[in-house]
Amino acid sequence: MNLSPDNIIYWQMGFFKLNATIVYTWGLMLVLVLGSKMITRKLSTELQRSRWQNLLEIIVTGINQQIEEVGLKNPQKYIGFLGSLFLFVAMSSLFTIVPGYEPPTGSLSTTAALAICVFVAVPMFGIEEAGIGRYLRAYTRPTIIMLPFNIISEISRTLALAVRLFGNMMSGTLIIAILLTITPFIFPIIMSALGLLTGMVQAYIFSILATVYIAAATRARKPAQESESEDRKNNDHEN
Amino acid sequence: MDSMTLIAIVSIITAGLTIAIGSIGPAFGEARAVAAALASLAQQPDASATITRTLFVGLAMVESVAIYCFVVSMILIFANPFWNHLIAQAAGK
Repeated sequence: MNLSPDNIIYWQMGFFKLNATIVYTWGLMLVLVLGSKMITRKLSTELQRSRWQNLLEIIVTGINQQIEEVGLKNPQKYIGFLGSLFLFVAMSSLFTIVPGYEPPTGSLSTTAALAICVFVAVPMFGIEEAGIGRYLRAYTRPTIIMLPFNIISEISRTLALAVRLFGNMMSGTLIIAILLTITPFIFPIIMSALGLLTGMVQAYIFSILATVYIAAATRARKPAQESESEDRKNNDHEN
Repeated sequence: MDSMTLIAIVSIITAGLTIAIGSIGPAFGEARAVAAALASLAQQPDASATITRTLFVGLAMVESVAIYCFVVSMILIFANPFWNHLIAQAAGK
């Protein structure tokens, strides 16, 4: 029984191994890039548009809306990073309906790489938005005593992101493998349908957590409650 | 009883205990979160979108504790480092 697709090796030459994780990651990247390239090649602003363009517009506007609801005012700037995260994780669990496919997010190396991307992107966006001094000063809030705890939380939440996604994906494939040996006919199908649902929820959670972290870093100067009540006041005025 | 059998016994028992005890806390936590979310949904149906989104994110955070326990128990059973070390030593002899 394989705990992760890292152990399935297709081709090996000396130090270089081509395991299932790498192969399916490349496959997914190819599908995502070629798919969006082909859809956006013939965009139309008329009333008549292709159904693929409609699909892509639904996805992009949906992600934009979600990012804006979390509190990032300018979603166009962040959708490149957060949208790719969501699409990659969602597609990698959606493709489990193809027989013989192993989700690359079921390997700890993939999820650790994604989590490290978030770990690097959060200070980058934060410094770009708030300036390096103000961003670093946010670590000493509310007092200087909290400095080590803030740094620990930064690292531990990266670890949590990686292990959460890995655990969910790995448990999905493992439960199906175990059920296949016990009750081979109906139950694995139900569990794989449930696995699709958990995969979607995990993709949503991974990207929404990354969005929340970036939102917290970019408005480091203002406490969250204050700005929320301000938003409510503004809305009341508009109404 | 040689050390191999001992490691096997301890690993299996610990794996079962890990997932058993480790899932109690998140189960209670998730139950409380869902109960609170249902109560606030009944009070404020207008805010259902926000409440549901926050609930899902919070549930995933709570559930990740159980997932950590699951990962640890899976490592103990399928990828036990002590067991692998012993196997490697036995093969080297």
